[in-house]
Amino acid sequence: MAFFLAQRLLYLVPVLIAVSLLTFSISSLLPGDLAMTILADQATPENLAALRRDMGLDQPLWQRYFTWLGHIMQGDFGRSFRTGQTVLQALAERLPVSIELMLLAQLGALSIGVPLAIVCAARSGGPFDRFMTGTAFAMLSVPTFLSAILLIYLFAVELRWLPATGYVPFAEDPLGNLRFMVLPAMTLALAEWPGIMRILRSDMIATLQEDFISLAKAKGLTPARILFVHALKPSSLTLVTITGINIGRLIGGALIVETIFALPGIGRLLVGAILTRDLIILQGVVLLVAAGFVIVNFIVDLLYAVLDPRIRHGHA
Amino acid sequence: MTDRALLSVEEVLVDLPTPRGNLRAVDRVNLTVGAGQTLGVVGESGCGKTMLSRAILQLLPKKAKLQGRVMFDGQDLVSLDRESLRKLRGRSLAVVFQDPMTSLNPVLTIGTQLIETLQEHLELDLAAARKRSVELLAAVGIPAPDQRLTQYPHQLSGGMRQRVAIAIALSCEPKLLIADEPTTALDVTIQAQILDLLAREQRRRHMAMILITHDLGVVAGRTDEVAVMYAGRVVERAPTPALFKKMRMPYTEALLAAIPKLDAAPHTVLPAISGRPPDPTRPIKGCSFSPRCRYAVARCHGEKPELTEAETPAHQYACFHPIEMPVAVPA
Repeated sequence: MAFFLAQRLLYLVPVLIAVSLLTFSISSLLPGDLAMTILADQATPENLAALRRDMGLDQPLWQRYFTWLGHIMQGDFGRSFRTGQTVLQALAERLPVSIELMLLAQLGALSIGVPLAIVCAARSGGPFDRFMTGTAFAMLSVPTFLSAILLIYLFAVELRWLPATGYVPFAEDPLGNLRFMVLPAMTLALAEWPGIMRILRSDMIATLQEDFISLAKAKGLTPARILFVHALKPSSLTLVTITGINIGRLIGGALIVETIFALPGIGRLLVGAILTRDLIILQGVVLLVAAGFVIVNFIVDLLYAVLDPRIRHGHA
Repeated sequence: MTDRALLSVEEVLVDLPTPRGNLRAVDRVNLTVGAGQTLGVVGESGCGKTMLSRAILQLLPKKAKLQGRVMFDGQDLVSLDRESLRKLRGRSLAVVFQDPMTSLNPVLTIGTQLIETLQEHLELDLAAARKRSVELLAAVGIPAPDQRLTQYPHQLSGGMRQRVAIAIALSCEPKLLIADEPTTALDVTIQAQILDLLAREQRRRHMAMILITHDLGVVAGRTDEVAVMYAGRVVERAPTPALFKKMRMPYTEALLAAIPKLDAAPHTVLPAISGRPPDPTRPIKGCSFSPRCRYAVARCHGEKPELTEAETPAHQYACFHPIEMPVAVPA
């Protein structure tokens, strides 16, 4: 197990280097001149040359990359030239919002998708299974902005149970915070449960054909034990993978949902940075989000090993 | 056979709907097994042996249609409710499947898979169930049994896994054990060990056993009665000594002849049965073996012989032209 862990950790190094390279290239690939953007109407040739020298923009690309990487190694991700906020400060402010949204959305999606998948797999081909498979398929094709608007109309406008937009930090008002989070999290969960349900359902149906399930039945085990102990665990590898991808994706913020519900998350930070050409923030945030994605997938790899002893023992 | 049959399969018929039409996997089979008796069911691949065993266990595929009765210990398993059936399975009626590489759950430890069966059927606490599991593993010849409890199936060899499967099957002292080709997936060197283990435990526990195999040599010394199946039907049925003394059905003879013999001269052509079993979705009018039978005459192609009694009441066969010559029993 220790070897397995060390091996996986070692894989992370080249991935993170590649991520940092790609992230850095953003600044040079994007159209526009950073010095020009910063100086705007004060851009005289002398000012521009001076700023470029100060920021190291006159150096070759590879040299700038290593300077940037060197700063990052020391925990200096840079500072926005617009707000004066450092990348880390911006993240500390925005990341909790996106992570809370992501966790609530995943919790919602899993608690709808997993039980439905198990029931459908146990009665595959039956009327409930056919109905739910159809519903899931229909739900897959509903875009988030549409379900967001419908949820706002139902719960905020008609029923007046929940606020439509806004945010308070959890630390200030836990209950109020959750009230603001319910609708956005529900919107994301509605988009994600069909995928979860369809993947787990088809994996469970495949597992239920296995010999060891026949043997579990022949052993006289209860249907619940067969489903939850014998079938669920070996069927959940793909589920873990897609949940990992969903989580990784949502660390970068849920752009549309954050915008509709006016949540100050990473998604809106990034959009703001793009619109204002705030490249330092953009670079730093993209790098950290990508690193987060890589780390989530590392955790997914570890979960495989927890779920399947053959991976743990290096047999697969 | 015996007056007090533990299991009696009565007119069992299994139909499987397939895209190519209805497949009659088991065709009006009648069998009985007395308490403590061993029945061998022999036939080549696709003859319905496994479907018959699944029909007895009520573990047929969902789409399969089953007719007839399976009387076990005074109850008809076919009409038994799910919960009563569940309590019988694993407790009084156990099974060992063909392939131990797939019949054990890869993500659960050996211990879990043994203990769950014990705790499901017997009122045992965890410590007692664990102790019993170690004893069972030791009884089936697994070295260091207490260490095996925390291991997973992939950490054991095929032979060891089949021993574990046997330990699971024996765990609640069943009255009947169905062993469905228990050695087919194993190395030849292991096969005899597993068969001897089954025979030993069967005698020791006075348990009835159905040994399903494609190898007549396997049932020869290990069963009380043999039923030979072909194309879903029982074509010959006799007490084992009577069968080997005088087999009447040409198919049985052909099966026996197809076993490679150690004392045959090198490079002798193996007298395999030519042709293939009939397509079960296209039933034949006459005897199903007639297209491959070297004794077949016109009547065999036009009319299906019923399973009838021979000179001894226990010996039945379905053939118009039974073999008269006794066939030598292999060593």
